[in-house]
Amino acid sequence: MSQYFQPEIETASREEIIRIQNEKIVKQVRHVYDKVEYYRNLMDKRGIKPEDIKGVEDIHKLPFLKKDDLRECYPYGLLATDLKNCVRIHSTSGTTGKRVVAFYTQHDIDLWEECCARAIVAAGGTDEDVVQVCYGYGLFTGGSGLHGGAHKLGALTLPMSSGNTERQIQFMMDLQSTILCCTPSYAAFIAESLKDRGYSPSDNKLKAGIFGAEPWTEEMRKSIEEGLGIKAYDIYGLTETSGPGVAFECSEQTGMHINEDHFYAEIIDPDTGEVLPEGEKGELVFTSLDKEAFPLLRYRTRDICVLTRGKCSCGRTHVKMCKPMGRSDDMMIIRGVNVFPSQIETVLLNEGYTPNYMIYVDRKNNTDTLDIDVELTPEQFSDNVADMQAKEKSLAAAMRTMLGIGPKIHLVPPKTIQRSEGKAVRVIDNRKLH
Amino acid sequence: MAVNQLSVFIENKHGRLSEAIKGISESDINIRALSIGDSQDFGIVRMIVSDLDKARELLGEDFIYKVTPVIAVKMDDRGGALYKILRTLEESEINVKYTYAFTSNKEFGAYVVLRVDDVTATEKILSDKGFRLATDEEISG
Repeated sequence: MSQYFQPEIETASREEIIRIQNEKIVKQVRHVYDKVEYYRNLMDKRGIKPEDIKGVEDIHKLPFLKKDDLRECYPYGLLATDLKNCVRIHSTSGTTGKRVVAFYTQHDIDLWEECCARAIVAAGGTDEDVVQVCYGYGLFTGGSGLHGGAHKLGALTLPMSSGNTERQIQFMMDLQSTILCCTPSYAAFIAESLKDRGYSPSDNKLKAGIFGAEPWTEEMRKSIEEGLGIKAYDIYGLTETSGPGVAFECSEQTGMHINEDHFYAEIIDPDTGEVLPEGEKGELVFTSLDKEAFPLLRYRTRDICVLTRGKCSCGRTHVKMCKPMGRSDDMMIIRGVNVFPSQIETVLLNEGYTPNYMIYVDRKNNTDTLDIDVELTPEQFSDNVADMQAKEKSLAAAMRTMLGIGPKIHLVPPKTIQRSEGKAVRVIDNRKLH
Repeated sequence: MAVNQLSVFIENKHGRLSEAIKGISESDINIRALSIGDSQDFGIVRMIVSDLDKARELLGEDFIYKVTPVIAVKMDDRGGALYKILRTLEESEINVKYTYAFTSNKEFGAYVVLRVDDVTATEKILSDKGFRLATDEEISG
């Protein structure tokens, strides 16, 4: 079996990719302009007509769409086809406000699942693999996306959904799963549960994992890879653009190839909206190129990252995005300093702690407080109070170096911090700012 | 001749100490000595128990614990007995990390527990000076 799912397009020349994108964007813009009144008004207000968009070099002329626009248009405002042509609805988790619903025609489902199949093949998957999907099934796109991708590939699919870790482990062992798909925090929990049951990393048949739907760090990758004895690959996507599979990692593990034949990516300055050149850090913006039901043009993801076009050893030619440095939704502003949970995770794993932590933010006497509960490991335990306090202090100092502000560290016994089976809740912000 | 001490990590939260003790107490293990070192967030419960292996088994994977050798020195039943021991250590430049005392029946007497870095050296110094050190066998007996 090939190392690509669709070799022709995945390794197409730059010129060929641009030719495909140009052809598709003209039709896509025309489709949106004709069918979506909300976006037509945005374009009219700017004085942009569909015929002004002759290729991808004209995309910068189009107005942006933001999450607020999607909320305003809930539920049908951005639907670009008759509802009877749609076969499915998915929805965002709604954790940062009102839910967003996305619609799919069969064509949209097919292209999405193909993207996921590309991701599974890039992680070493073939039609001989057993793919255990323990992303949640339902409105969330994670389960359906990887499930559909595994089907397209012809792999044996284990539709576990999230939760019931006991059963996950039993099926993993009895049915010899070779590829695991879930959130990185759940992968870490499964690894911990296997260890608790006396399994070593070589006892399972897993070779790779495809983990996404929440931010995770390189340190977390190392910890999962060691804990499960696998290669851990990142996958990226948003319900707004279809779901996981918009971009995926290859064997090089140095960023995720964006499926450029379906999604056009830009990096912009989040303040001015100006398009930034390759290699610069900014907000990631996606334009769908060939969707029918829910095509979004210039959708601002709020993910901060960098795009690179360097030659990749895997042979794929599509542009790579780095692991997002944090979605603005996850960012906390504490005492005026921007703090991402991923930074805290990096420090913890570097200092030999587990990736199990809980961040508490509060405001006392008009000052923000940052407290972090961290699980102690048996190796780090000392019978001497002073030694333990020194550990807390040294961890707080390492945090201060990374974050710019010093948290209060609380060491807690192992397994006292709630484990996540889906997207992990890492932050409890008790500040009443509104 | 050192005695094995069992140290258990507990969160400084309501009910955590009794939770740790409960497991051990549900068997016939006798806690001979107990001391707690604490900070704002956590406590370290240090115990000398009659059956160490059983106590470890009962704590299982729910607790973080550690076994550390400590020295239990018998104290005479009169004023100045503790000072005599501490002065001996001071003269030998032995640094004591923490200490606590316990008594049993009249016959067994009173003991002070010393947590030091170099157990072997401390044992030798004290024995040479004629102090009597308790053994694990005596404790479990």
